[in-house]
Amino acid sequence: MRRWFVILVPYLWLLVFFLIPFFIVFKISLSDIATAIPPYTPTFSITDIGGFFSQLDFENYTFIFQDSLYIGAYFSALKIAFFSTILTLLIAYPIAYGMARAPREWQPTLVMLVILPFWTSFLIRVYAWIGILKKEGLLNLFLMNLGLISEPLTIMNTNTAVYIGIVYSYLPFMILPLYASLEKINPALLEAAADLGSPPWKSFWQVTFPLSIPGVLAGCFLVFIPATGEFVIPDLLGGSETLMIGKTLWNEFFNNRDWPVSSAVAVVLLLVLVVPIVLFQRNQEKQREAGR
Amino acid sequence: MRRFSWFNATSIALGFAFLYIPILLLVIYSFNDSKLVTVWGGWSTRWYGELLQNEGILNAAWVTLRVAIVSSTLATILGTMAAIVLVRMGRFPGRTLFSGLIFAPLVMPEVITGLSMLLLFVAMNLDRGFWTVVIAHATFSMCFAAVVVQARLYDFDKSVEEAAMDLGATPLDTFRQVTLPIIAPSVISAWLLSFTLSLDDLVIASFATGPGATTLPMKIYSQVRLGVTPEINAVSTIMIGLVTIGVLVASYSTKRASERQEREMKAVDAGAK
Repeated sequence: MRRWFVILVPYLWLLVFFLIPFFIVFKISLSDIATAIPPYTPTFSITDIGGFFSQLDFENYTFIFQDSLYIGAYFSALKIAFFSTILTLLIAYPIAYGMARAPREWQPTLVMLVILPFWTSFLIRVYAWIGILKKEGLLNLFLMNLGLISEPLTIMNTNTAVYIGIVYSYLPFMILPLYASLEKINPALLEAAADLGSPPWKSFWQVTFPLSIPGVLAGCFLVFIPATGEFVIPDLLGGSETLMIGKTLWNEFFNNRDWPVSSAVAVVLLLVLVVPIVLFQRNQEKQREAGR
Repeated sequence: MRRFSWFNATSIALGFAFLYIPILLLVIYSFNDSKLVTVWGGWSTRWYGELLQNEGILNAAWVTLRVAIVSSTLATILGTMAAIVLVRMGRFPGRTLFSGLIFAPLVMPEVITGLSMLLLFVAMNLDRGFWTVVIAHATFSMCFAAVVVQARLYDFDKSVEEAAMDLGATPLDTFRQVTLPIIAPSVISAWLLSFTLSLDDLVIASFATGPGATTLPMKIYSQVRLGVTPEINAVSTIMIGLVTIGVLVASYSTKRASERQEREMKAVDAGAK
């Protein structure tokens, strides 16, 4: 009895507030926009189920796939997410490596220092970059005072700013899993490699890096998946050239008030991300099994 | 004794500089007397004073605090239950779906979660406002809470629970008197994590909210869109300060608690011998 109570409470909560909403999103993505409350038609009614189903159609999906704006936004979001994931990996790896090789008594403090910005508001951290990147901002001021540039650089409201924002905001998500897998590597393995005459860079590629791959994968998924649907960063740092699907969805919903089309955008985005999400969960479960 | 090598020390230093310099600049410029954010006009706390006059921001802060307290408490209870289900309940029908439901919100883009929550609230005919934001926040925070508690449940010695049961304790007593004290530090971290997640959230709250329940991030966002202002720097600095103090206190006290627990366990072991 009690066992079922403990299982059912969180289970039902997630079914009602997380899973069922996706079916509602799907249903509304098949509806038409209407000037009513709620702003779509048909609304579900028990008395006229036949009429309800006959009114549903895939119009919104054909609309999305015919309009190059939406297709472009999907591809551009995937592209930006992909390259920023690679960049984040390249920046995070030496940091995580350094942390894992640091003196033992330093490590908890270093981990704490990586986690701390992650607890600080995402919005605030993105906002901090506006003051740095804008035309009369601190970066330009600094570079011009050094005499490195004579004209202020235009970084704010470009894709470069979006890349900087994503790399910066998601860096802790990459460092932590990398550190977790690097820290577990037995130093005796590297000593053995060195004793057998392997130069350090070769030991790195043949011993350290392969053993850190689970961390690399986990970190990449943790950055890539949310970055693809990112809204705050492209909205605040990006410009008119920045097309990202999360921003398109937001505008469709809050500015155009087109609930059916934004639902269809969400469904397609979810389908795009289902594969990486499932792969990520597999990777995590394999890790957990291996850990026990 | 390991030491920092030249390469490792440099990469850590550069990495942390990258992580912290933007935050530091933001904090420093919140004490700038000039109205122009990037022109230094001397030290001053005038923006903090003006903040106290800004009723919109104060109201939003109050809403955010209430939402965060209620939703993180709910999320911690639900998340702890979910963690127990995942670690201790073995197999049951629908387990795979359940672990998927715990996992998915961790990486799901916020725009999707937010939109789907809103459409659910509309379909349920709920009045949107304080409580819908609470439900939305509790739902995604509980998954983070579950992960935190789950990690602790995995690595503690299950035989202590079994011993209590063998001595005749009911499952509920065992949970209250044995399991809960052991996982308490992780339950507290789960609450704190849920609290800050709720405090920080812009996207999901924007979808789930209704008239009269504007949260602080929503307020900040609408002002940021108009440009950088020293007042926003001041609010941000206060939020950063609160979170930093909270995290430091929490990590210090959980460290103390786990050290005490270890000592007690050692004492018990010694007594048994």
